Amino acid sequence: MITENLLEVADQAPSQPDVSVVYATDYLNKLTGEKIERECKERLNGGCKTLVLNFRNTELVNSIGVSILLGVIDAASSAGAKVVFSDMNQNTIELFDMLGVTKHVELSEDN
Amino acid sequence: MPERADRFIHTFAALADLGQEVADMNSFQQMIRTSLHLLLGSLAIMRGGVARFSRFGGELNFLAMRSMGEDFPLMLSLGRDDVREFVNGGLEAYDLNYPLLNGLPFVRNHKKLFEQKQIELLIPLIVRDELVGLALLGGKASGEKFDAGDKAVICAMARHIGVGIRQRNLMAELERRAQENRQLYEDLKLTYKDTVKAFAAAIDCKDKYTEGHSVRVGRYSEAIALELGWDSDQMEGVAVAGYLHDVGKLTIDRTIINSPTRINAKESAELNKHPQTGYDILMPIHHPFADVPLAAKYHHERIDGRGYPDGLYDRDIPYIAKIVNLADSFDAMTTDRPYKRRRPAEDVIEDLYKNSGKQFAPELVSAFCRSMYKEMTGESKQRQFKRMLGKDYIQNEKVIPMLKDVLNGIAPTSSLTLVSLD
Repeated sequence: MITENLLEVADQAPSQPDVSVVYATDYLNKLTGEKIERECKERLNGGCKTLVLNFRNTELVNSIGVSILLGVIDAASSAGAKVVFSDMNQNTIELFDMLGVTKHVELSEDN
Repeated sequence: MPERADRFIHTFAALADLGQEVADMNSFQQMIRTSLHLLLGSLAIMRGGVARFSRFGGELNFLAMRSMGEDFPLMLSLGRDDVREFVNGGLEAYDLNYPLLNGLPFVRNHKKLFEQKQIELLIPLIVRDELVGLALLGGKASGEKFDAGDKAVICAMARHIGVGIRQRNLMAELERRAQENRQLYEDLKLTYKDTVKAFAAAIDCKDKYTEGHSVRVGRYSEAIALELGWDSDQMEGVAVAGYLHDVGKLTIDRTIINSPTRINAKESAELNKHPQTGYDILMPIHHPFADVPLAAKYHHERIDGRGYPDGLYDRDIPYIAKIVNLADSFDAMTTDRPYKRRRPAEDVIEDLYKNSGKQFAPELVSAFCRSMYKEMTGESKQRQFKRMLGKDYIQNEKVIPMLKDVLNGIAPTSSLTLVSLD
């Protein structure tokens, strides 16, 4: 069963209760992207040990998006959880590589 | 594309977005939060915060923080020496171990905290030789040290944030001064009002029979203006005109004003100078209400042209003077004079109606009667007429039907008239 949340950005893998998938979307690039960060923190507080951020619906990531993702990475690190980035396009992968963001996460083709 | 060019484009876009954010003048909190995101995201800096400096309290108040931990203080104190050194150094991105910083009490006091929170850079936000805030930044996600290029980008962005904070400070200062000015203006208005009332009392002191006359004329004039739908400023203006309409009487011999018998032609000519004298007294004063001197000069004009001093006809008489004229006449008829007793209320209402279109502007008679009618019937909560005329003077059962007739354009008939007809 997939649990829809208010933001429609996240679901929980049914067979792996400690794995949460959060869809980044283009909200990530605005101040409203803080909602996504809050959603991730809630998942982490709820015991999630693997947080998957899916970039399927994210064309590009700007500086605000990078900052919000760093906040998620920091929160996951404090909670002892792992962050996985999935479904990123080539531009996003290159950007994250260049900035060193990928040093802090695992990359996956899909979730 | 080479990585360096990519990095440049990413950073440049952040700088452009930051400039836009500061220029947009959105909510200040939103601007600061977005700016911090852009600053951190441009170089993938793991954590940081932006504080605003309050020179009054010598405090740095954090407006936005990212990944600094719940326990990071929201306020840090900054001494005068710290401020002076920061201003002297200008806007720079200082490594926490920079020798200049280590001599500062602020850094010495908080170094442990900064190290614990993995703060690597400290950027005083200096705009026009003034410290407006401070940015604290952690390390880069890449783990690399900040190079000169990074610091130049950080300084450029910090400059934008500093300008945003300074703009906000200026706006707040402007708002504070505007508020101060509004308060001063209100105080001045009160002083003006008190002065006007003191003048009115001085005018009325000349005549023991007309004590309170000017204040009552002011109040009646205000009541008419209210019925006409005038705004509060206009109502205040007409009230002031009422208070001061007889100021010219200050120069008239007391024996003429207080004469127990009808005055002779010479004395009458002397008395009739008071409107012009009033105008001459009031004209050089800068009143907030421009028509006050005109009300004094023309408050004895009649719309049929039989008034004085200039014998003006209806449309040539300033409107405010017509209002004061009606209020003045009403008060004259409803108060005792040295040579005659006041007239009964019903008689006065009949007089107002009869003189409507002769001495008084008809719409003003209607407005005045409507005001009185509303008070008598309880439609209005005001108790002005009862208070000024005395509660026994007006008998509702007699006056209300008469006022209703006036308002319906029917000649009111008082019981007194009926008695005389019988």
